[in-house]
Amino acid sequence: MHLHRAERIWLTFGIATLVVFLAIIGAAALSEGFIPPSHIQTIDPTKVAQTPPFDKPGLRVTGQDTAEVYVIARIFSFTPSLVTVPAGTNVTFYATSPDVVHGFFIADTDVNMLVVPGWVSSASHTFARPGTYLLLCNEYCGSGHHFMYGTIKVH
Amino acid sequence: MSDAQLRNENRLVLTHVYVATAALTLGALFGLLQSFSRARWLTMPHAFDYYRMLTAHGVLMALVFTTFFICGFATFCTYQSIPRTRSTALGWAGLGVMLLGTLAAAYEILAGNASVLYTFYAPLKASPLFYIGATVLVVGTWLVAADILLNVAWFRRNHPNVRLPLVVHGAACTFVMWIIATLGVAVEMIFFLIPWSLGWVPTVNVMLTRMLFWYFGHPLVYFWIMGAYLIWYNVVPKYYGGKVFSDALTRLAFVLLLLLSTPVGLHHEFVEPGIGAGWKWLHTMTTYGVVVPSIMTAFAIFASFELAAKRKGVKGFLGTIAALPWTNPAFTGPALGMILFIFGGFGGIVNASYAMDTLVHNTMWIVGHFHITVGGPVALTFVGTAYWLVPRLTGRTLWAPKLALAQTYAWFVGMAVMSTAMHWAGLLGSPRRTDDVTYFGTMAAHAWMPQMIAAAVGGTILFVSILLFVAVAVGTLFTPRAQHEDAAFAPVEEEAAPTPAAFDYVGRWGLVAIVLAIIAYVGPLHELLAQHVYGAPGMRTW
Repeated sequence: MHLHRAERIWLTFGIATLVVFLAIIGAAALSEGFIPPSHIQTIDPTKVAQTPPFDKPGLRVTGQDTAEVYVIARIFSFTPSLVTVPAGTNVTFYATSPDVVHGFFIADTDVNMLVVPGWVSSASHTFARPGTYLLLCNEYCGSGHHFMYGTIKVH
Repeated sequence: MSDAQLRNENRLVLTHVYVATAALTLGALFGLLQSFSRARWLTMPHAFDYYRMLTAHGVLMALVFTTFFICGFATFCTYQSIPRTRSTALGWAGLGVMLLGTLAAAYEILAGNASVLYTFYAPLKASPLFYIGATVLVVGTWLVAADILLNVAWFRRNHPNVRLPLVVHGAACTFVMWIIATLGVAVEMIFFLIPWSLGWVPTVNVMLTRMLFWYFGHPLVYFWIMGAYLIWYNVVPKYYGGKVFSDALTRLAFVLLLLLSTPVGLHHEFVEPGIGAGWKWLHTMTTYGVVVPSIMTAFAIFASFELAAKRKGVKGFLGTIAALPWTNPAFTGPALGMILFIFGGFGGIVNASYAMDTLVHNTMWIVGHFHITVGGPVALTFVGTAYWLVPRLTGRTLWAPKLALAQTYAWFVGMAVMSTAMHWAGLLGSPRRTDDVTYFGTMAAHAWMPQMIAAAVGGTILFVSILLFVAVAVGTLFTPRAQHEDAAFAPVEEEAAPTPAAFDYVGRWGLVAIVLAIIAYVGPLHELLAQHVYGAPGMRTW
C-alpha cells in the first residue's frame, strides 16, 4: 500500500499526539489520583434502610479534616436532603438506591456518580470555600425526577 | 436486469428513506417541545408529559431515523454496484419486520407505557411490547444485513478476481459491525428485559444489562458515522467533479472502524459503581483508537477537494474551498455537517478523557455533544443526500432546490446555536434528561437558564429547517419526470500501488473484531459477576 508523503506526516503527527495525550491522562491518574468513581461494593436494595451505615444516613466526622456522608437516593428525594460540612474538609460521599437508578451530582464540583440499586457508589471532594451547593439527580428516574434535589451547605 | 426489477429495488430504498423522514418529522416536533419545556416557555400536560416525549424523541431519532436511512442507503449501494437479476424479497422482509417492531415500540411509548428513554435503563420497567418491538426492529435490520451480505457473497463467487466495489466494501464493513454490536442489545432484551417485564423472572441484574446496552450503544454511534462516511467518501466528490482520494485508505478506514467500534463501551459507564477503574482505563485507550480512521478521513476529504481544485486550475486553501459547490444542497448538507463534526470531535475527546468525564457526565454538555455529532454531520449528511437520492429513485426532479439549500444552512445555524448553548449549560452543571431545571429558583439553576432559552431558539430554527425538508420531500413526489444519467458513485484516483487484498476479507476482520470485543469485556464482566449481585425487582415510576 502506498502512503502519500503528506499523509505519512499527518498520520505520524496525529498518532504521536494521541500517544502523548494518553500518557498525560495515565500519568495524572497514577500520580494525582484523577480516576473516575469506581467503588465496588454490593448491598441488598430491599434492605437499605436496615443496613448500617445507611440505617442512619448523614454526616460522620472521621478525623480532623475528613468526614463521610451516607446518602440514600430514592424516588424522588435524597435522604438527608440537607448536608452541612465544614470548609476544607475532605468529604467522602457514599450513596445507594432502594429503587431505580439515580444520579448524584453536586453542581460546580466533580462529584458526579451514578447510584445503582444493589451497589454502593462513592466519591470524595474537598469543599475549599463556604457556600451553598446544589445536589441533584442527573439520571432520569421517573415522573418526579426534576424534583429530586438536595443542598450541601459548606460553612 | 429488467426495468421492473429496477423499479422494485428503487421502491425498496425509497420506502426506507420515507420511513426515516416520517420518524425525523415526529421526532423533531417532540424535540422542539422539549426545548420549550426546558426554557419554561411551556409545561407539558400530565396526559403527555416531558419524559414520554423525551423517550419518543430519542427512539425516533437515534434508533428509527438513522437505522432506516442507513439500511436503505446501504441497500442502494449494494444493488447499484452489484447489478444482477435478483429477488428483493429478503430486503422487503427486513423492511417489513423493522416497521412492525417500530410501530409496536412507538405505540407503547406514545400510550405512556414505556417512558424509559431510548437507553431503557433497568430497573425502570416498561411494558413487554416495548422491549419486544425494539427487539423486532433489530431483527429486521439483521435481515437487511443478510440481504447485503448475500449479494456480496454472490459477487465474490462470480467475480473471483475482481475487487469488491469500494462502496460495497464499506457497506459490508458497516453491517458486519452492526451484527456484532446488536448481539449485545439482543441478549439484553431476550435473556433479561423481556422475561423480567413479562414477570417470568422476579429481578434483573442492573449492571449487567447496562454493560450489555453500552456494548451496543457506542457501536451504534459508529454505525451512524459509517453511514455518513460511506457518503463522504463515495458520493460527495461527485458534486465537485472530484474523485475518491485513495481506494486502499478508504478500505482501511472502514476495516479499522469495524475493529474499533465495539471494544469501547465502558466510556459511557465511567461514573458507575461495580466496574474497576482499570477496566475503564482500558476502554479509554481503545476509544481513542478511532482517532486513526477519523484523521485518515479528514485527510482524504481535504485531499479530494484539493486534487479536484488543482485539475480546474484553482490554487490555495481559500480558492479550493471557494471552488466547492456551495449552492448544491446535496453537497452543502454533508459539507456543513463536516464543519459541525470538527466541534463534535473536540467535545468527544473531553467526554472520553477518563476522570475528565466526571465534570460533564449526564449534564447538558453530553446532549450538546451528541446533537452536534449525530444531529450534525450524520443527520445533515443524510438529509442532504436525500436531495440527490430521492429524485434519482423516483425518476423525477428535485422540488424547490433553493428551499432545500436554505434548509441545509438553517440546520447548520440552528444546530450551532443549540449545541453551543447546551455545552455551556452543561459546564454550569445543568443536568440532561430533566424536564424543569429551575430547582425552585436555586442560584446554580439561575446561571443556566439563559442557555436553556438560547437552546430553545436554536431548536426553533432546527424545527423550521426540518419543516422545509419535509416540504421538499413531499413536493419531490409530484415533480415532472426526468432522466438521471450520472454515475451513482465517484470514481477513484489512480494509485501508485494496488490495495492489499486482505482489506477485502470483511468476514475475517469481523472475527478479529469479535476477539477484540471479548478481550475488552471479559475482564469487567468477570469482575461484575464475581460479586454477590442483588437483583432489582424494578418498577414503573412514571
